[in-house]
Amino acid sequence: MTTQTTTPTSGTPGTRPAAPPPKKRSTAVGRAPWILVGPFLVLFLLTFVLPIVVAIGQSFTTVTRAGLFGEQGVTTSFAWFENYRIALEDGNFIASIWRMLLFGVVQVPVMIVAATVLALLLESASARWPGFFRATYFMPYGIPGVIATILWSFLYVPGLSPIIDLSEALFGFTPDFLGAGTVLWSIANIVTWTYAGYNMLIIVAQLKAIPPEMYEAARVDGAGPWRTAWSIQLPLIRPALVLTTVFSIIGTLQLFAEPQLLQTVSPAIDSQFTPNLSAYTTAFAYNDYNVAAAQSVLIALVAFALSFLFLRLTNRSSR
Amino acid sequence: MTAATVSTAPAGAAAGPEPGSRSGTTGRRGRRPATTILVTAVLAVVAIYFLVPVYWVVVAATKTTDDLFATNGFWFGTSFALFDNLSAVLTYDGGVFVRWFANSVLYAGVGGLIATYLAAAGGYALAKYRFRGRNLIFGLVLGGVLVPGTATALPLFLLFSQLGLANTYWSVLIPSLVSPFGFFLCRIYADATVDSSLVEAARIDGAGELRIFHTIGLRIMTPALVTVFLFQLVGIWNNYFLPLVMLSDQELYPITLGLNNWRSQTDRLPEFYELTTGGVLLSVIPLAVAMIALQRFWRGGLTEGAVKA
Repeated sequence: MTTQTTTPTSGTPGTRPAAPPPKKRSTAVGRAPWILVGPFLVLFLLTFVLPIVVAIGQSFTTVTRAGLFGEQGVTTSFAWFENYRIALEDGNFIASIWRMLLFGVVQVPVMIVAATVLALLLESASARWPGFFRATYFMPYGIPGVIATILWSFLYVPGLSPIIDLSEALFGFTPDFLGAGTVLWSIANIVTWTYAGYNMLIIVAQLKAIPPEMYEAARVDGAGPWRTAWSIQLPLIRPALVLTTVFSIIGTLQLFAEPQLLQTVSPAIDSQFTPNLSAYTTAFAYNDYNVAAAQSVLIALVAFALSFLFLRLTNRSSR
Repeated sequence: MTAATVSTAPAGAAAGPEPGSRSGTTGRRGRRPATTILVTAVLAVVAIYFLVPVYWVVVAATKTTDDLFATNGFWFGTSFALFDNLSAVLTYDGGVFVRWFANSVLYAGVGGLIATYLAAAGGYALAKYRFRGRNLIFGLVLGGVLVPGTATALPLFLLFSQLGLANTYWSVLIPSLVSPFGFFLCRIYADATVDSSLVEAARIDGAGELRIFHTIGLRIMTPALVTVFLFQLVGIWNNYFLPLVMLSDQELYPITLGLNNWRSQTDRLPEFYELTTGGVLLSVIPLAVAMIALQRFWRGGLTEGAVKA
């Protein structure tokens, strides 16, 4: 491709500013992509690749301090899988991963199904004011998880929550949003509230890409709205559903802000409630960066494994 | 996997950012009013769910701390302390709230703009040039999309503290300049929309490679760029873990960290309830308005990205 550009310029003499000599031209074309991609690549290596390499390196080393406060020198040595052993033998860390899997198995499908149903309803001809509803559902995505959690925590705390007051007045029942058995689902509610509209928007984007002729053909064939949704819309938005599900799986394993904030109002949340909270506690409360690095690597590996597993499953069933 | 839908891509790309242009094509005729009422009622109930927390904070911000606990949370109290509360928020601790807000604007605005430009240049380069290492770069960045952001934050902190960058503006800004998802989206969008014969024609006219990118590439990719910018803007604005790990100086806090700092003091000092609800209100309103106003732009480049993903 690059060699082709050298020939056509020679035929057009005169008024136009003289084209650079052929040789120079082709090196310019060869250099251009690197100039364009270079800055991104440098920053990507610095903020993604290098930290991962550092984390992996740290997860295999151990730091021993001589003396009570390390005043007699600090030695770093290769530790093989020692940090991973410590991380994997920590029952609370393993429990936090299982907790997130349970969370994901329930919350992700509920959210994706809700987002899909909302998207289909909004795009159906039966909905009034679709623009208003779409904007309303999407709005929480712009509210940071921290602020969403502050908002919902006020609605969860007894004495402050109008929802608890309302439930007591209407049903004589006092819900406990922050108890040991319920707080996980209270967090699930915050996450769903924040991201359902975002996922809905991705699905709406793909629904809008379905050519009108498809609907026309379905109508000619006598398909009702249910049939159209099931046989045309759902199969065609499949890539969007896969994308949103993978992002949700990754997001679930990263859960941090919501449980960290709710810690102050819910005694049921300990400092190792989620894997990320666990790694944060290990690093900043126990100052054990090496084990924290091993935990971070394990979290990323689980996220990768689940994403690939899901992609593999969906790929197979579509054949 | 995507074979069935790839054919729709050019249509979506050609239509560009024209939200709603096709929403009516399924036809409004022939639908029973009962269905319309039912569907709209369901949508309205769901809308209430999404609006309740925001409504609550609007009401709560008008109350004194006493009223907050004594009166019904879903209705206004006996006092109307909104302006007292808001001025307390803005003046507390020498106007630190304004500082946090400005920090968030700086991190998200500057980070989002530069990240979009870099992602556009990189995505365009990968789509429009064939060069050695092209597939390696794409694979590497695609892997980056799947890496949990919080997994890199801890090692990044260790790295930055060795470089002396921890607890500075740079420690939050530099990681915000990279958007693997934006890169991915730009590459796909440039592939589908920037015509190679147009680039070739510009070359024949003697335009330099960088000029072709800036005058032709960027212009054609605008719908995708707006989408990438908005995603990155919100991503940085909402980020909590990275600044939490990086920053210890309150003056550098973004709004998320600052408000959490206030909230965490409520159990000891109840007057922080007024500050927190007022601060939350002030930070939610501009974002909620922006989300609703900009809603139409989100899908511009997304159709393309989602189709191929």
